[in-house]
This record gives sequence, structure tokens and C-alpha cells, in this order.
Amino acid sequence: MKELLSSEMANSMTREQMHRYNRHIILDGFGREGQERLLQSRVLLVGVGGLGSPAALYLAAAGVGTLGIVDGDNVGLTNLQRQVLHTTPDIGRPKVDSAAEYIPRLNPDVKVEKHAFFLSEDNAMQLVEGYDFIIDGSDNFSTKYLVNDACVMLGKACSIGGISRYSGQLMTHVPSSACYRCLFPEPPAMNDVETCARVGVLGSIAGMLGTMQATECIKYLAKVGTLLTDTLLTFDALTMEWNRLHFPQNEDCPLCGKKPTITELKEYAFQPCSKKKE
Amino acid sequence: MQINVNNKPLTTNATSLAQLAAELALPEKGVAVAIGNKMVPRSLWDETALSEDMHITIIKAACGG
Repeated sequence: MKELLSSEMANSMTREQMHRYNRHIILDGFGREGQERLLQSRVLLVGVGGLGSPAALYLAAAGVGTLGIVDGDNVGLTNLQRQVLHTTPDIGRPKVDSAAEYIPRLNPDVKVEKHAFFLSEDNAMQLVEGYDFIIDGSDNFSTKYLVNDACVMLGKACSIGGISRYSGQLMTHVPSSACYRCLFPEPPAMNDVETCARVGVLGSIAGMLGTMQATECIKYLAKVGTLLTDTLLTFDALTMEWNRLHFPQNEDCPLCGKKPTITELKEYAFQPCSKKKE
Repeated sequence: MQINVNNKPLTTNATSLAQLAAELALPEKGVAVAIGNKMVPRSLWDETALSEDMHITIIKAACGG
């Protein structure tokens, strides 16, 4: 993120932008400077499905300067119950295309960078490198661990979230805070994994979690508040019970611990739901 | 003893977190356990004693998106 002198900031937003982002600019602690930081920022959305759709909408509306979108999937009918960035006429189209079409209509200030493929061990480092904050909105453990590992290796900040049935969980990582592997050193065994395609998911909780990821991202970029670092936030929509569970950096973490065993990116065999037969 | 797991009462013979994990047949990977609001790394499960009315939260890593 480019740091701007306050004198440059004063002139860098147009009158229309001052108006568009007025409700941010008048916020205590956010102000013109926070908004200016958003406009200068680059965010990578890994997946524009259940979590990435609402995250993309709010980040675009907020005026994040550049949104990179990496997703190799096409829009399917079962997606539309929760993936609110895509519409019925988009069925069969690449998700990056429907996203790239919708976002500039919402906010022409936002530049969209399309990456119409899945994140992999071969492209993750290069992609992640080019952004300030990464939002994991993927539907599989292979991608979640790729995002985590690449962010730790490159010193990037990210939000990692997951939903299943009626519940959701998320955490934020910044350089030197605990990472996803500090909590879950390895993904579960393949047979224990409950994908949305297998056990279902309440559509609206994707919105709850995705907008929380966008909120963490905006706070990080605008430098306001405190983040969900070293913390896993969980909620159960059936009872509306929320939990903040604290976990410091784990010295046995295979990635960021004292004796790391993971020193290069390697992806697990989990596949995105769309690549599997449902 | 009587403890509380994920907001439900549970009677257990386990005296340590490791024994409770075995009793509940928790998988080896993809599960985290907290006492109160603090996660306990798996390496400490053996030496972590349970006590009456302890509040334990078991979290499974969720991959949906």
C-alpha cells in the first residue's frame, strides 16, 4: 500500500468521490485518510462464491482500488442460493466474468483484475505477492492452506473463513500473528470433510461470514480498530451463539513454528466442489 | 465428572483432555479444542487435566465457502 502525505491526500479524491464515500469519511477514526488508503489498496479475492460474493460487493462499494479475483469456476444453478454476485442469466458463465461485469456498475472507481483459474501451488506465490490483503473465500482445504501458506511465506495479511451447515468461523492473519496452521496444523482426513455440496449450508450465513471478512479487510487497509488476529471467531446461526477463541502462535506450527517442516508451497489433494461430481 | 462440551452437559470418566478426545473419538486432524475461550494445542492435551464444570469447545475446521 502506497503511503501518501496528507497534503497529497487532500487533493487526490474527486468531488464525486468525497460525496460517494461521505459516510466513511465522516466516521470517527476513518476519515479521508482511511478512505484514501482503501482507494490505493489491492485486495485479492480467492473465490467469488458464497463468501467471496458478499465480500466483493462490500469491498467494491467501499472503494477498494483494485480487486483481483481468482476463480476457475462457472456459475451453476446450486450456487445462486447464496452466491449473490451472480444472477440467473449468468449460469454457465465464468464467475470472474459475472463479477467483473457487476462490480464496475456498483462502483466505477474499482479496477477488477480477472484470474480465470483456480489457485494452485504453481501460481499462488506470484498472485498473492501482488496484493495487500487476501480474502480466502474458497470451498476446499487445499486452497485454504495454499492461501495461508503463501501469506505466511510472503508476509501478507489475510482473512480465512469457512462455513458449514448453519455455522461459520473466521480468523485474520497479519505478519507475526498466529496462522491457520497454528490452529489446524493439517487438514482433516478426506473422509471427515463436510463440503457444502455434501451437507448443505444456510445461504445467508455465507453473507454473514463474507461481510465480516470484508470488514476485517477494510479495517486492516484503513488502519482502524483491532483485528481478529490470534483469534478464531465462530458462530452458530441456529442458536446465534458467538465465540471468540484465542490461540497464540503455536511453537509447534509446521509453518511458522520454531522448527518449520513446510518450507515451500504444496497443495493437498482436496478439489474445489465444482471440479467434483455432485 | 460433569463437564460442558459445546454448551451441552456431558458426564465423562476422562481426567485429561487427551482422554476426553479419545472418549469422543475426535479425529487426529482438523479439530481444535478450547477450554473457556483459550485454545489448547494438541501437544498439551495429555497434561491438561479436566475439572468439574469445565467449559470445553470443540471446533472442526470448516471448509465451505
